[in-house]
Amino acid sequence: MIDIIGYILIIIGILFDIFGCIGLVRFPDVYNRLQASTKCVTLGTFLLLIGVALVCGWSALSMKAIICAVFILITSPTAAHAIAKGAYASGVELWENSVVDKYAEEIDHH
Amino acid sequence: MRRLIYFVLAFVIWILLTWPFVEGKIDGQVVIAGFIASAFVSIMFHEILPKEHHIFVSPVRIFWFLVYMPVFFYYVVMANLDVVYRALHPKMPIKPGIVKIKTTLKTESAITALANSITLTPGTLTVDLTDDGFLYIHWIYVKSDDVEQATKHIAQRFEWFLKKIFE
Repeated sequence: MIDIIGYILIIIGILFDIFGCIGLVRFPDVYNRLQASTKCVTLGTFLLLIGVALVCGWSALSMKAIICAVFILITSPTAAHAIAKGAYASGVELWENSVVDKYAEEIDHH
Repeated sequence: MRRLIYFVLAFVIWILLTWPFVEGKIDGQVVIAGFIASAFVSIMFHEILPKEHHIFVSPVRIFWFLVYMPVFFYYVVMANLDVVYRALHPKMPIKPGIVKIKTTLKTESAITALANSITLTPGTLTVDLTDDGFLYIHWIYVKSDDVEQATKHIAQRFEWFLKKIFE
């Protein structure tokens, strides 16, 4: 029973990863692409690792999978902030149909 | 006190990583190596670790953290369905922009947690934060570019919890 739940979680995780990659290809600029890749890949990989932990049961492997899952949940959004800020600092423009850019004022200010 | 808390945390992670669940007994060498490694980390690097170490030993804060987890996961799943919808929709209903919000949280850990929560929840991505408590958020479907309104939409649902946990 727990095995089946684990496999279902792995399948859902892979689906979210695939949808995240589709978003990565379809969205127009760096920031929108980061949205797709951060959210979907974080949850997808998290579910995958939890699924692995459930399938493997009470073992050393599942402990490592759970620790990796927690670290991914913490580090993935942090990495996204760094990439977004770095992209903006190195002059990557927002998509032409973007409606507002408050951050430009902050950059001008300094 | 602070070093002791980080020592225990590092040691627990070490034990979880090296625990021989198959044999069911603890290897003495591994424990001694972990003891030395955790002591080294907690003595050398305690200054770069979060300053709000009392969170780890306060039952009330841990309780609120456990309450926050399901709420957070609900928003993470909603965020994913939202992104999937926008990515697969033929017309791609996006209206992106960078807005500014104001947070009332003060401590570094709380603002970090808020920024990470915002990044993982529907349609928003933290780009930068300023020293005086403003955050710049990339919003995939801008509902309002006003600071007050945007704060209400994006940050308020987390601030209440994070205040209980971190402040």
